[in-house]
Amino acid sequence: MDITTVSSVKLLIALLVPLIGTLGVMFMGKNENIREGISSIASIVLFLLVASMIPTVLSGKTLIFHMFSILPGVTVTLRADGMSMIFALVASSLWTIAVFYSMGYMRAHHEHAQTRFNACFALAIFGAIGVAFSDNLFTLYLFYEIVSICTYPLVAHHQDAEGYNGARKYIVYLTTTAKAFLLPALILIYVLTGTLDFAPNISTGIFPPDVNKSLVIMLYIFCLFGFAKNGVMPFHHWLPGAMVAPTPVSALLHAVAVVKVGVFCTTRVMLYVFGVDTMHALNLGIPTAYFVGFTVIMASVLALSKNNLKERLAYSTISQLSYIIMGVALLTPAGIDGGLIHIVNHAFSKITLFFCAGAIYIAAHKKDISDMGGLGKTMPFTFGAFAVASLSMIGAPPVAGFITKWNLLVGSIQAHQIGILLILIASTMLNVGYFAPVTIKAFFGKRPEGETYQGIKEAPLSMLIPILIACTISVLLGIFPNFMMQFVKVVTG
Amino acid sequence: MDQLLINPNYPHILSTLIFLPLAGALLLLFVQNEYFARYWALGISALTAILSLPLVSAFDTTSAKFQFAEQYNWVDSLNIQYVIGVDGISILLVMLTTLIMPLCILASWSYIKTRVQAFMICLLIMETAMLGVFMALDFVLFYILWEAMLIPMYLLIGIWGGPRKIYASIKFFLYTLAGSIMLLVGIIWLYKTNNYSFFIPDMMWQNYSLTAQVYLFLAFFLAFAIKVPMFPFHTWLPAAHVEAPTAGSVILASVLLKMGTYGFLRFALPITPAATTLLMPYVLWLSIAGIIYGGFTALAQQDMKKLIAYSSVGHMGFVTLGIFVLNLEGIEGAILQMINHGITTGALFLCVGMIYERTHSRELRSATGVGKYMPIYVTFLAFFSLSSFGFPGTNSFVGEFMILAGTFKHSTTLALAAIPGAVLAAAYMLRMLQKIIWGGTDNPDQSWLNDLNMREIITLCPFLFFVFWIGLGPQPFIDLMHISIVNLLDQFHAHQGQAVAAAELILH
Repeated sequence: MDITTVSSVKLLIALLVPLIGTLGVMFMGKNENIREGISSIASIVLFLLVASMIPTVLSGKTLIFHMFSILPGVTVTLRADGMSMIFALVASSLWTIAVFYSMGYMRAHHEHAQTRFNACFALAIFGAIGVAFSDNLFTLYLFYEIVSICTYPLVAHHQDAEGYNGARKYIVYLTTTAKAFLLPALILIYVLTGTLDFAPNISTGIFPPDVNKSLVIMLYIFCLFGFAKNGVMPFHHWLPGAMVAPTPVSALLHAVAVVKVGVFCTTRVMLYVFGVDTMHALNLGIPTAYFVGFTVIMASVLALSKNNLKERLAYSTISQLSYIIMGVALLTPAGIDGGLIHIVNHAFSKITLFFCAGAIYIAAHKKDISDMGGLGKTMPFTFGAFAVASLSMIGAPPVAGFITKWNLLVGSIQAHQIGILLILIASTMLNVGYFAPVTIKAFFGKRPEGETYQGIKEAPLSMLIPILIACTISVLLGIFPNFMMQFVKVVTG
Repeated sequence: MDQLLINPNYPHILSTLIFLPLAGALLLLFVQNEYFARYWALGISALTAILSLPLVSAFDTTSAKFQFAEQYNWVDSLNIQYVIGVDGISILLVMLTTLIMPLCILASWSYIKTRVQAFMICLLIMETAMLGVFMALDFVLFYILWEAMLIPMYLLIGIWGGPRKIYASIKFFLYTLAGSIMLLVGIIWLYKTNNYSFFIPDMMWQNYSLTAQVYLFLAFFLAFAIKVPMFPFHTWLPAAHVEAPTAGSVILASVLLKMGTYGFLRFALPITPAATTLLMPYVLWLSIAGIIYGGFTALAQQDMKKLIAYSSVGHMGFVTLGIFVLNLEGIEGAILQMINHGITTGALFLCVGMIYERTHSRELRSATGVGKYMPIYVTFLAFFSLSSFGFPGTNSFVGEFMILAGTFKHSTTLALAAIPGAVLAAAYMLRMLQKIIWGGTDNPDQSWLNDLNMREIITLCPFLFFVFWIGLGPQPFIDLMHISIVNLLDQFHAHQGQAVAAAELILH
């Protein structure tokens, strides 16, 4: 162990907090106030624990906690470095907000099985935190699979035919890709290198120089498709299918935790298993950028065609996730910066959008965009937040998304890829095309025939306040980008 | 006989383990009390389990010899001896057997309502025979116990089984018996060739001619492949599993199937190394066929026991795959996977038995949606199902990982061909799990079901403990077998070279 790593039990405690929260929720399920109290206490404790690691990580040190040795070179070990912190901070801070939001949503909607819902929610966060703090591929895979399994009950929550179908698609896509691609990749990497540990920095990777090149390329492709939570086409169908879940699930998991687990794993593996040098040497970066560029454009086009608000957001998510992979795949400093910071920027903006969609559903029982004409006057805060978050998705200053777009554009110029530049511009146009009409319709559009919006008012405060907090943070991230960017700088050096 | 290592602290530990259950069974013959029979059998098997613990603590992990050895003359005229010992290949299987038996008896507590004494006698005799098979170092002793196992198992299925018990028990009996006839011929040939000795370690690593080795290997293969069972010799297994009572299924899956793969390691590799090298590719592809076939067939089952039975075909395919890639990772993974399969599949059969006791049906359809009313039950079931398809952090993942790592070292194509098996395993286990926990929108009314009672929870807990122990800290288990496997492979490569060279000389 060199001087830049510090052993810290804090990592273990942080990992266990959501797990203990789950148990608490399960045993206190009878009393809903105590149950939700446990959830919120766990979320706050988790956030504080993660936050307490900030100074150490920023000083360039890595926190390590070793848990189990499976085989030589295969361990369950936790680590917190710059990249972990990006995701851990996002997941833990958004959990605190989402707990309150889902409390409001689930109670207002009189949903059944709320105890199971809360327990699985906490378990999913346990998985996400585990992914963020993984020190090697095995740990990453372990928590990746835990997230897949634990979110099944959330997607199937309504237990109707639609819920079961969506959930079946969800679990089939995620476990099949993991077993078919990740498992052989994991084993082959172990056979080739004798270890599954991540490299200490993003440049070298873990492959010895004399390794069979075509095998490494195959492994890379396996990893890209194996983490199907990243929503890269053609394995993206699970995401729109998962939109049958209650909105807080769509918000936290299918905009933040689950899909971010996917992109986090993908980029983690690109940078810390293959490494920038190997990716350059085998010319893997730019083809990947173009490949996911297709997803960026195609998902946006599909989003244009969706009238159901949650579905439109789902396709927008697919498109935005590929920004992250595209940025990293450019392999230029600004590209990697832009990709990684988008994990944060997209999270806060997209959760705002989903929260708004849920609030609209609870307050007005509307799912389709075409039915929302003029609703903005009745629900000004919700739609105002929606407008601000849309700007972030589009990449307009001063909202968070602008920071991403700026870095990605610089990155594509650094990499001399005019094609990528054009993709980014085209996708921005498309973003405007599918986000602007929602806001414009809500504020300036006509009410649908015979619709009076009588008795409709803003959603309960327990939902509205989280919306406004998430929205405010989106703006703050745009105005003060350096707070999160400093973690990215720890990664890129 | 320098292959034997006598442990002066435990001079008779193995014989005690073998004969204690038998003695217990004999006493039960004279008692006509069901309650006493249950407690007595539980006590005897628990005592055997406790007495077997020193095997692990006093096992010398730096020696590849047969430890705790005992040797007595038995039939002098034929030079048959009573020789027993354990090495790294058999010790884990012995432990698996001793530890699983008390749990089988617990699982039969209320399941078996008729002829309880006879049932317990069968179980205890089974235990004696099974332990003997894993310990025997004299081929006649081995063969007698190997065949002796058939009778109590036949009775377990034939008396306490389901509606088609007679068909299933006879099929089981005939298949296994047919397989072992050729084994007997092989044994006699080996006896003649080796100076009229049945001592197994002396038969190993002799440079028999390639032709003789091929014939011997085929004799071994038939016997062991039926027992494993390898595709296409598997058809007796689903029938036997479906009809057997829970304890019978557990013993069948956890211990009996392992005797086939144990046979490959104990006899086929050391006695016929050149033939093994020659025929290895066929066995490997047959294993792949079993993995894929078992997976697809399991996916289509409506009967829970059949589903798990076919999943066994797939899992045991992984084990034979690991054995015949003939490298350290592969064989260590295979032995570990034998244990894992014993734990996980045994536990799954217990789980199915617990549902069956309540609903009297093994149909998946009639067990849908019990999650809401039996939360403890489905929690156990979920963990065992996850383990069954190799979820990371559970025991089967480690075994599968090592086997596939060994296979990748042997051939990338072969390993990639096995991957669909892993995908299918996830598919059929998750399908079953989804149906049992959630079902669909038209579940039958399950609200009358009671969740597990304390006895059932106690039965399942040890399985769960081992699922996670091997899943997160398999090193102690691997250490037990390591030197024996290293030694096996060293010898194998030395003799495989010699034998193949000799064969080439003859051919030219």
